[in-house]
Amino acid sequence: MKKRWYDYLWIASAVYLILGFFNILFTWLGLLCFFIPLIMAIIGKDKGYCNRYCGRGQLFSLIGGRFGLSRKKDVPRWLKSKWFRYGFLIFFFAMFFQMLWTTWLVFSGATDLKQVVTLLWTFKLPWHWAYYGGTAPWVAQFAFGFYSVMLTSTILGLLTMVLFKPRSWCVYCPMGTMTQLICKARGAVNSKR
Amino acid sequence: MNQISAKRRKAFVDEAYCVACGCCVKVCPLKAITVFKGITARVDRERCVGCGKCAKECPASVITIQEAAL
Repeated sequence: MKKRWYDYLWIASAVYLILGFFNILFTWLGLLCFFIPLIMAIIGKDKGYCNRYCGRGQLFSLIGGRFGLSRKKDVPRWLKSKWFRYGFLIFFFAMFFQMLWTTWLVFSGATDLKQVVTLLWTFKLPWHWAYYGGTAPWVAQFAFGFYSVMLTSTILGLLTMVLFKPRSWCVYCPMGTMTQLICKARGAVNSKR
Repeated sequence: MNQISAKRRKAFVDEAYCVACGCCVKVCPLKAITVFKGITARVDRERCVGCGKCAKECPASVITIQEAAL
């Protein structure tokens, strides 16, 4: 099948994770992965982001599919159940708002900037090499929090990639669940008219 | 009288569990599957030849290949 430019967005995803490792401020770019899917769901009225442009999904299908780092087994039934998908979305939201709260605390001067990346919401890794100053502390705090979110979800995605099918992450990806909910809600409203 | 009961293998989507990720669309050689309004994948039964690529690719494993009466 003919490759299009957006079939190479996995490079952007990989570069993003690497850049963030060395300079935390690059992680702000990750907001694109939050806003573009939502804009495409609200204005574009479909899951165009998941369907075509998601670099992370492409990365998983490359590593798990092409390179074969996947058992290619079916995901367990609970993983694709509504309660798990919606539950994970709510959990993700809670973690996201906690990150915003931490940013606010640094912004207001209540706490100091912590150069730490938290993996899987539990393991706090000292991350002293990635911030060189030059911005307000809250800008860096948000970047560290955001990188924690992105790295944690990548680790989860890699884990389920190995255990199940390459793109198992797509089954419980909070952005995917959210954009599908938006599309479903629109469908329900339109069918009532 | 001489009715031929033709059956063909086609892809079926369990729409209740479909996450609309579009992995199936990417692998379909006949463009027989699309994601309908970001809600669920849908198969164009006219085009589908039941090759099973989508079923193999689907991360949620919600596509099955079944015999369908024409």
